[in-house]
Amino acid sequence: MHTGVESPRGVWWKPAHKAEKVWVVLAFAWCMVLFAMMPLWHWKGGQNPSGIRARVEPEAYRARTEEFIATYQVGEEENGIPIVEPPPGSDVYLLGQMWLWTPSLRLQKDVEYTLHLSSVDVNHGFSLYPFNINFQVVPGYDYGLRVTPTEAGDFRIVCNEFCGVGHHVMVGRVEVIDPAAAAERDESEPEEAQDLTLNAPDEGGEGDR
Amino acid sequence: MKGGFRVCPTTSLRVHRQADGLIKANAVVATVSLLVGGITGLLVLLTRWQAVHLLDAVMFYRVLTIHGMSMLIFFIIFFEMAVLYFAGPVLLNSRVPAPKLGWSMFWLMLLGAVMVEWTMFTGRADVLFTSYVPLKAHPLFYLGVILFAVGTLITVAIFFGSLVVAKREKTYEGSVPLVTYGAIAAAIIAVITLVHGAAIYIPTFFWSIGIGNVDPQVYRMVWWGLGHSSQQINVAAMVAVWYLLGALTVGSAVINEKISRTAFVLYILFISMASAHHLLVDPGMGPTWKVVNTSYFMYMAVLASMIHGFTVPAGIEVGQRVRGFTKGMFEWLRRAPWGDPGFSALVFSVIIFGFVGGITGVTFGTEQINIIAHNTLRIPGHFHATVVAGTALAFMGVTYYVIPLIFRKKVAFWSLAKIQPYLFAFGMLIFSVAMTFAGTFGIPRRHWDMTFSDALFDLQFSPAANLVVTVMALGGLIAALGGAIYILVTVWSVFLGQPMEGDATYVDARSS
Ligand code: HEM
Ligand SMILES: [Cu+2]
Ligand SMILES: [Cu+2]
Repeated sequence: MHTGVESPRGVWWKPAHKAEKVWVVLAFAWCMVLFAMMPLWHWKGGQNPSGIRARVEPEAYRARTEEFIATYQVGEEENGIPIVEPPPGSDVYLLGQMWLWTPSLRLQKDVEYTLHLSSVDVNHGFSLYPFNINFQVVPGYDYGLRVTPTEAGDFRIVCNEFCGVGHHVMVGRVEVIDPAAAAERDESEPEEAQDLTLNAPDEGGEGDR
Repeated sequence: MKGGFRVCPTTSLRVHRQADGLIKANAVVATVSLLVGGITGLLVLLTRWQAVHLLDAVMFYRVLTIHGMSMLIFFIIFFEMAVLYFAGPVLLNSRVPAPKLGWSMFWLMLLGAVMVEWTMFTGRADVLFTSYVPLKAHPLFYLGVILFAVGTLITVAIFFGSLVVAKREKTYEGSVPLVTYGAIAAAIIAVITLVHGAAIYIPTFFWSIGIGNVDPQVYRMVWWGLGHSSQQINVAAMVAVWYLLGALTVGSAVINEKISRTAFVLYILFISMASAHHLLVDPGMGPTWKVVNTSYFMYMAVLASMIHGFTVPAGIEVGQRVRGFTKGMFEWLRRAPWGDPGFSALVFSVIIFGFVGGITGVTFGTEQINIIAHNTLRIPGHFHATVVAGTALAFMGVTYYVIPLIFRKKVAFWSLAKIQPYLFAFGMLIFSVAMTFAGTFGIPRRHWDMTFSDALFDLQFSPAANLVVTVMALGGLIAALGGAIYILVTVWSVFLGQPMEGDATYVDARSS
C-alpha cells in the first residue's frame, strides 16, 4: 500500500477491486444515458436554441429593422420606442444596441413567428422576463428563432450580457395579445379590435430570408 | 544561482533550494491576488445585495472585472505554478532544471499581472474578465494577459523539464507518484489552453491598437477554448491536491493506480470539447456542433470526476483503517482529523465540488436547460461551487502544509486556522446554492440593478427573489470572513511566524 506522493514500484497496472469496478461501470452507464439524452431530446423535446443563422452586417440589420418598423408600426411610440404589430407568421426583427431594445413588439398568442435577434454594437443578451428564456445576441450575426407565444401578457426583455455602463437600464417590451379574447371584447370596445383585423392575414416578411 | 538540497524532516523528501524559493514566490503573489480578489468580491457582493447596493454602476462593473481577473486568473494560476514546482522537483527529489529561467518567467507573469491590474484599476479596461470584443480595453490589458500567458507556458515547460531531469538523474524509482501524474495532466491541459489563449489574445491586442479585426462570434468560440479549458487545469490540479492532502493528512492509500491514472487521461482527452457549453445559445453554431460537443465528449470528462469522487474518499477510508480505526463501518470517518484544516478543507472541497458544482454544471451543459440558465445568476452560482468551494478551498487546505513544509514556519493562530475551512465551505455552500436559486428567477449575472430603477420599462422580480438574494449575501459574508482568516493566518505565519525546529540547511548535492 502506498500514498499519492510515493512512487509506485514495478507494474501498477493491476486489476481493480470489485467495489471500484462496480462504481466505474455504474458511472459509465449513467454517463451514457446522459449522452443519449442529448441528441434524443434535441429531436424529441422540440425546445432547441438553434434556429436560422446568418451573417449580417450591422448596418444592414439596422436597415431591415427600420423597414420592419415602418411597415408594421402601430399607434404611438412608448418611451420613445415604436410599437410594432407584425402579422402572424412573419419575420420579426429585434435590434439590440447600447442600451435599448427596438422596437417594442405586440404579438399574438398561439401564432408562430420567426424572431430575429442581432446587435449593431457589442454583445447583448436576450432574456425574456418572467419566463427566463435566454439567448446570446452577437453583432454581425442574425439569430432567427421560431417562436410561438403560448401565453398572453405584458413581458420584458432584459439585457443579460454586459454591454457597458448602461447595461442594467436595457429593458425592452413584448406584449402578447389573445385574438380570441380580444374578439370577445369586440362587442364592448369595437375601436381596439380594428387594429387587430387590419394586420391579420398578411403573409409578408417571409420573402427576405 | 545557488543550488543545494535540504532534507525535509517530516517527509524526508529532498527539497531543492530553487524549488523552495519559486514555490514561496508564487504562493505569496497568489495570496496577494486573493486579497485583491477578496476585497473586490466583498464589494461586488455588497452591491448585488440590493438592500445595501454599495457601489455606483461604473465602479461596480470595474470592481467586478478586477474580482474576476484577480481570482480566476492570477490567484489560481500563480498557486498552480507553485503546485507544479512542488509536484515536479519536490516530489521527485530533484532539482529545478533552469532556475534562472524559472525566476524570469515568474517576474514576467508578475509584470503581466501588474499591467492588467493597472488598466483595470485606472478604468481603462471595464470589459469584465471575458473581454468580449467589440468591447474594447486599453492595449496594455491584452498585452499584460499575453505576457502572463507566455510566462505560464514557459513555467509549464520547466515543469516538463524537471520530469526529464528527474528521470535521467534517477532521483526516484518506479513511476512518478500519482500527485505528480495529476499535475502532468494539468500541465498538458495548460498547454492546450494557452495555445487557445495566444490564438485569441494576440489578434485582439492588434485590433486594440487598430490593426485588423476580430469577429465577435469567433472571439467567443476561441476565447472559451481558453476560458473553459483553464477550468480543467483547475479541476486536474485540484484533484491532484486532493490526493496530496489525503496523503499528508491521513496517509490515504491509492487503491488502484490504473483507475486513478486512467481518469486523469480522460481529462486530457475529452475536456476541451466541453467549452461548447458556453456557446449553446449563440447564433454562430449549428445544432450538430452543439450536440456533438456537449454530449459525446463531455461525459467522458464527467466520468473521470465521478471516478476521483469515489477513489479519493475510498483512499481516505483505507488509510484510516490502516492507521487502526477499524471499528464498525464508520470509525474511520468519526475519528478522522476533523481539527486539521487540511483534512476538513479536503472533505468539503470534494463534497461541494461534486454535489453542487458537478450537478449544476452537468445540467446547465445541456442544450435545453442552458436556455434557462445562460447568463443568469445560476452561472456564477455554479462556478463558485466548482472553482471556489472546490479548487480554491483545496488550495487553502494544502497551504496549511506548505507553511510548515516549505516556508518552515509554524501555522499561526491555529485555533482560527482550524475553523477557517468550516466557515469558508459553509458560507460558500449557502452563497452558491442561493445564487443558483436566484438565477431561476431570471436575475441576470453581471448586473448592477435588479430593481431596474432607471430602465425604460418597469420590471419587478418577485419578493421571493429578494429574499434569496439576501440569503446569498449572508452566505457570501460568512465565506468572506473565512477568506479573511485564511489571509490573516498565512500572512502572519509566513512573515511574523515562529520558525519550525529541525535542520533546514541546504547542502550541495555533490558534496553530500
Ligand atoms: C468570499 C469570497 C467570494 C465572494 C463573496 C464572491 C462574490 C462574487 C459575486 C457577488 C460575484 C458577482 C456575480 C455577478 O454579479 O455576476 C462574483 C463573480 C465572480 N467570482 Fe466571486 N466571490 C468570491 C470568491 C471568488 C473566488 C475565490 C473566485 C475564483 C477563484 C471567484 C471568481 C469569480 C468570477 C470568475 C466571477 C465572475 C465575474 C464576471 O462575471 O465577470 N470568486 N463573485
Ligand atoms: Cu445590452
Ligand atoms: Cu447588457
